[in-house]
Amino acid sequence: MTARNRELVGLIPASLLVTAGFAGVFIQRSNALSNISLTYGAIFLALCLAGHLVIRATLPYADPYMFPLVALLSSFGIVMIYRIDSTFARQQAQWFVLGLILFAVTIIAFRDYRRLERYRYTIAVVSLILLMLPRVPGLGDEVNGAYLSVHLPGVFEFQPTEFAKIGFVIFLASYLRDTRQVLVLGARRILGVTIPPLKHFGPVLVIWGLAMLILFALHDVGSSLMFYGALLAVLYVATSRLSFVVVGVLAFGLGAWYIGAHVPHINARVEEWLHPLNRSLYYAKAGQASSYQLANSLFAQAAGGMFGQGFGQATLTIPGTSNYLLPAPSTDMIYAVITDELGLFGAAAVLIAYLMLIARGFKTAVLARDSFSTLLAVGLSSVLALQVFVIVGGVTRVIPLTGVTLPFISYGGSSIIANLVLLALLLLVSDRARRPA
Amino acid sequence: MNAPITRVFGVVIVLFALLIAWTSRWTVFDAKALRDNPLNARTVIDEEKIDRGEILAAAGTVLAESVKGPDHTWTRRYPTGSLFSQAVGYSIVKTGQAAGLELSDGDYLRGVNTGISAIIGQLGGGTQVGDDVHTTLDPTAQRLALRLLDGRAGSVVALDPRTGAVKVMVSLPTYNDNHPSAPCGAPGCQLNDATQAGDVPGSTFKVLTAVAAIDSGKFTPRSVLNGNSPLTVSGVPLSNDGNQSWGPQTLTTALTNSINTIWAQVAQQLGRSVMTEYMKRFGFYSKPPLDYPPDELAVSRPFSTATGRPFAPGSPNEDIGRIGIGQGGLRVTPLQMAMVAAAVANGGKLMVPHLTSYVVNSDGQTIDTIKPTVYSQVMKSSTAQQVGLMMRKVVEEGTGQPAQLGNISVAGKTGTASIGVTGSDLTEPWFIGFAPAENPQIAIAVTIDQTNGGYGGTVAAPIASSVIKTVLSEHG
Repeated sequence: MTARNRELVGLIPASLLVTAGFAGVFIQRSNALSNISLTYGAIFLALCLAGHLVIRATLPYADPYMFPLVALLSSFGIVMIYRIDSTFARQQAQWFVLGLILFAVTIIAFRDYRRLERYRYTIAVVSLILLMLPRVPGLGDEVNGAYLSVHLPGVFEFQPTEFAKIGFVIFLASYLRDTRQVLVLGARRILGVTIPPLKHFGPVLVIWGLAMLILFALHDVGSSLMFYGALLAVLYVATSRLSFVVVGVLAFGLGAWYIGAHVPHINARVEEWLHPLNRSLYYAKAGQASSYQLANSLFAQAAGGMFGQGFGQATLTIPGTSNYLLPAPSTDMIYAVITDELGLFGAAAVLIAYLMLIARGFKTAVLARDSFSTLLAVGLSSVLALQVFVIVGGVTRVIPLTGVTLPFISYGGSSIIANLVLLALLLLVSDRARRPA
Repeated sequence: MNAPITRVFGVVIVLFALLIAWTSRWTVFDAKALRDNPLNARTVIDEEKIDRGEILAAAGTVLAESVKGPDHTWTRRYPTGSLFSQAVGYSIVKTGQAAGLELSDGDYLRGVNTGISAIIGQLGGGTQVGDDVHTTLDPTAQRLALRLLDGRAGSVVALDPRTGAVKVMVSLPTYNDNHPSAPCGAPGCQLNDATQAGDVPGSTFKVLTAVAAIDSGKFTPRSVLNGNSPLTVSGVPLSNDGNQSWGPQTLTTALTNSINTIWAQVAQQLGRSVMTEYMKRFGFYSKPPLDYPPDELAVSRPFSTATGRPFAPGSPNEDIGRIGIGQGGLRVTPLQMAMVAAAVANGGKLMVPHLTSYVVNSDGQTIDTIKPTVYSQVMKSSTAQQVGLMMRKVVEEGTGQPAQLGNISVAGKTGTASIGVTGSDLTEPWFIGFAPAENPQIAIAVTIDQTNGGYGGTVAAPIASSVIKTVLSEHG
């Protein structure tokens, strides 16, 4: 079977899931199966088919598993969002269409993605500007003490980090392809530690500074961790020097510790993380940091147990009101809702689907024939993996909670569009890597 | 560059393993603690969505039912209001308040042991439906007992001595369980005095002393003691009613006429250890084994009048002579005194009292029936028979004559505990007994908390006999 036919077959589980999921919601709501559910399934299947045809026409050798896995995650996401709030699901479907268009545009415009290398400094500057936008007065929004989104009332609202992360990875891959030899060969060894030449290591230090700045200025622990982790992954693959990673982790740790102790918002997040069930933190006054959300995330997961309460069974709102018991159920907290309804097994299945997608990304990196492609695939896969880790880790209290989306599943236009562009880039790399010589 | 890529992927796998480990921590290992955490509103919200089962009286009278509220929630309604409020209690899920059977039978009422159709209903997203609890309570007798108390603070408890089934459980002051937090005119009106009071039993306790005396083999009903008054007990003079000196009398006569000085001597001669042993057999010194919230059950035992603290069982500081006549710091619940009468009535075998009769699930299947259980063999059946005859004499010839019911023979014992300061005429009248004497079907304890000089025979005995008559007539 050719790669593309394998991909086509791979879409069947996604279409079955979305149809069964919508049918489940309808049965739950009205005790009757409405044919709208089947229409939803059909439209989603048609969209996936369209995506598949774009790949078939342009990237015949691309990895056959990535697109079906993304379709599976997205369809699961749209069913979950529909179950939480049907208006959101309609909007999410529209974002998904827009995302697929940008997906196609990316593939067609960057057939030779190595052209991106030429614009690496432009891309770096644009990413930096994007990152800093939420701090611009009148544009930025402070949500729960962090500056995460850009907001022009009535026009648009988006989360620039979602796009900045891609530009950042492109810059890193491109820059380290050029300098990786120099970083290693020009290095001196002092007391057994490899010290790279400052001239070439400078931009890497700049990124460390950037991560610290994100922490300091944007109060965004999650994005900071995501960017910096991707940097370390790409740097390690480029140089094979574990010492760089160790020094990098130590530097980040020191910086994070200092900022954690001195920036009130981050300090509060750490306190909530350490003591989510503390009464006074839980019932903190309005405007103050409160562990209410994290505690209720844990309560929701506990309610799910091993097998979950069943699809559509979780308690979402406080009875008699339309207030969410668990704030932000369709965005930051969607993993907790998934665990509530589908239990440990359902949640683990979702994580394994991500892991399979990430594995295909790293596989692409291994297969790639030039350093830029390898580093790009490593960077994109790492940033995706770290994004999942940051939000799920926050919801499950492995690390302090920050608002990033769960890629492809959470409600949010920026997230779905940016991650589909990320997928397009991975498929582009994959197509070139697997093309018969 | 391949080896580092593999290692980076290895790190990703470790990170994801962490996520799954932490998810299992919350969903499995710490799940129970999280569900029970008082901050967790889900417990209450989920419970509000349960259609709790009904609580019914013996004749099918609905005592508690669920009423639909907004958003698939349910609230409780108590159609009989204050008539059964003490026994039934209340359940307000939103505030987590619960009492009485609503609390102790909560697992049944929530439907923890639901039928198959209920489980399937839940899988399909339906409401969790609880099981109906059928109680042993007799609404006719309950209503009569409440009417006869006539607004006076006091309690009536009636049991079937053969099974331990509680037929009547009334206490005043009471409250309306539809509004348990509303003021109800008297302090402590939410307390179920039938199970929580610390009343002075007075002479009704002589039944227990008589059982100990005869069952231990140290006395017979015909043993003769000197009934002169006053008698110095623990260094303080003790007198009979009206300071009457009776001279030498048998124990039977001493019970018939409630001669304090004789029963104080009996208790002293039996000693603390024998008295304590029999009190324990009757259920003193531990919470009554009723299917009722432990917080709403009081232990019957002697307390030090000096410190207000309970005596250790058999403590040398007890005034055992006065305890033998139901004074000496003794504090009892009306339920405990009904159990004393019931043990004598049932040939010395004390049955575990129970309010729950049987439980029916939403499919109409009876899923649980409370079987009669023996609490203890308090005394030999011959002792029970002898003490029963002595108690018959009390009603036929002695202080309990107002409890007579014509062709139904009643056995009983009156009590008139002095409860005020020395010299005041404040009394707590009592009556405990059973009927029919030759084939007992009901045992009862009646007390009025406080009267001005009222006697057990004149105040409590008529209430007891009316309730006995009603219960017996209902059961043919």
